[in-house]
Amino acid sequence: MSEHEYTPKSKVGKWFNDRLPLLTLANHLTDYPTPKNLNYWWTFGGILTFCLITQIVTGLVLAMHYIAHADMAFQSVEHIMRDVNYGWLIRYIHANGASMFFLAVYIHIFRSLFYGSYKSPREVIWIIGIIIYLLMMAAAFLGYVLPWGQMSFWGATVITNLFSAIPLVGEGIVTWLWGGYSVDNPTLTRFFTLHYLIPFLILGLVVLHIWALHVPGNNNPIGIDIKKPSNDTVPFHPYIVIKDGFALLMFMIVFAFFVFYTPNILGHADNYIEANPLVTPAHIVPEWYLLPFYAILRSVPDKLLGVIAMLSAILILAALPWLDTSKIRSAVFRPLYKQFYWILVADVLILGYVGAMPAEGLYLLIARIATAYYFLHFLVVLPVLGFKERTTPVPLSITEPILGGSPNLAAVKKKDSFKDQ
Amino acid sequence: MKNFFRISFLIALFFGFQFNSNAAEKAEYLKTDWSFKGPFGKFDRAALQRGYQVYQEVCSSCHSMKYLSYRNLVEEGGPEFSVEQAKAIAASFEVKDGPNADGEMFMRPGRLSDKFVMPYENEKAAQAANGGAYPPDMTVLVKARGGGVDYIYSLLQGYEDPPAGVTLDDGVYYNKYMYGNKIKMSNQLSDGLVEYSDGTNASVEQMAKDVTTFLMWTAEPHLETRHKMGFKAIIYLIILTVLVYFSMKRIWSRIETKV
Repeated sequence: MSEHEYTPKSKVGKWFNDRLPLLTLANHLTDYPTPKNLNYWWTFGGILTFCLITQIVTGLVLAMHYIAHADMAFQSVEHIMRDVNYGWLIRYIHANGASMFFLAVYIHIFRSLFYGSYKSPREVIWIIGIIIYLLMMAAAFLGYVLPWGQMSFWGATVITNLFSAIPLVGEGIVTWLWGGYSVDNPTLTRFFTLHYLIPFLILGLVVLHIWALHVPGNNNPIGIDIKKPSNDTVPFHPYIVIKDGFALLMFMIVFAFFVFYTPNILGHADNYIEANPLVTPAHIVPEWYLLPFYAILRSVPDKLLGVIAMLSAILILAALPWLDTSKIRSAVFRPLYKQFYWILVADVLILGYVGAMPAEGLYLLIARIATAYYFLHFLVVLPVLGFKERTTPVPLSITEPILGGSPNLAAVKKKDSFKDQ
Repeated sequence: MKNFFRISFLIALFFGFQFNSNAAEKAEYLKTDWSFKGPFGKFDRAALQRGYQVYQEVCSSCHSMKYLSYRNLVEEGGPEFSVEQAKAIAASFEVKDGPNADGEMFMRPGRLSDKFVMPYENEKAAQAANGGAYPPDMTVLVKARGGGVDYIYSLLQGYEDPPAGVTLDDGVYYNKYMYGNKIKMSNQLSDGLVEYSDGTNASVEQMAKDVTTFLMWTAEPHLETRHKMGFKAIIYLIILTVLVYFSMKRIWSRIETKV
């Protein structure tokens, strides 16, 4: 936290701040000491905040024109695309924004995995992040149902049917979720309500996420504890603000490219066919960002076990701070972990790929191996690595390698001090 | 900066996977130059007008166009018929209106504000008239098919005699681009089927291209605005990014760490 007590200069400011310390908060946020060696992978926190705000703002406008009724939803989306002023722009930003949001969150999560940001004392930040991620998936799924196209309808049918795997009460729960005996108008209206609610829950959790972050401060690429403020830190404003801003602009260029030039490439063509309960699409596939979990679900032959595997794949992340037994945070100093990290990245990409393919033959085999490896990574590799791995020397401070003559980490490795910090 | 290339690489990898998974669907589609492809793509106005003619004279007897209104024919970025032409087109259709003061429904000539008149009263009627198959609404058809415009363009020209060993039921036709190769729509286009008012030779290929262009417009009526705005938005973002980059360099030059 800030090192000094802040007092506003003006009398009015002081009067107000004594009653509601908003100015102290603003001062904390601008002065907030940030490690100066943060690389661009650290800019995705800001980018994600931008994504959330974008989704909320465009979503509000869409909600003004959208009609949550099974007979009119599809038509109202076409109305937005055609007749609402710049409705096509708002909708394409919202639809592609979901993909961009997930792209950013996956980079954010994998950054955390690489640099060990989930480790003590940042476990709570990490767990809040996992809850946000779960809510994001819920929001994305619910939102995908709203246009009431074929994939909306059948995606909703498949996902809600997962609950029927629960013994005894499963069928009852599904009927309760649907508000009837199939996905229909009551399902659509409640999905719309929940889709509207969840982003605000996420917003609240984001505040907690940032609050929890500001207690220990940011992790950094070399993963060491640093003194704050010190030679190793810079104030958040202007240094990090401008850097985050620059990265955000780069991100927005990619975003704009999708919105303006290939707005439908990430969606499924079938969702431009109005929902029809009597016609099942040839392949029911979720959006790309859910594919790895879909692959895990389908790789288990038993329905209930498949659902359990899929949920565990996400929930296991919450236990990560305790599964990873290594005291060293950053993969920079963990030569073995670094390799397993990239294998995990490849594994998840493979899961995503087979998730889009029919669950048969070779694809199914690959999905099963990749699923097994996914769990192996967290349940076996990580705990064992922490004890077995010979890590390379960790520098004392961020400035050390630089003052030592070279920012090159190879130079740091020569010093054999602080081997097991 | 190096990291940015890594990020871009990751993004490319991610979506590369996606494109692959979407593309692994069907036989090679016929290719043609679409004027609306690419960042500066625009519709060929004459092709849209001819495409409308093909839709009107051929497709519309079975396929509805329910999200389109006659006024759309006048709008910028579309076929851009003159208001008089569009009014005449609208007036050539009978629209059911009412109830009037006596509580009766009545027929009146169409107006610009009317939606395109549907060929059938409802889906059941459409099915009954087409051997059980429902001719899909065409407004967003190109977006509702995996291959998009190339698929539609190919399908219209993809009718063949079935290969040996394939038997077709009555009212089912063989089309090499159709999913499963069996289609309930018979071959619709033949050379010289329509007489283009601009004198263009109405070959099958020409008609297929024109009507597909028209369908692209009905699915994406704001495509031209989108392309134009996208270009401006991206140029703006690039300039701003460059400015912010140099500001960032300058601010970070106060400390010796590199950005």
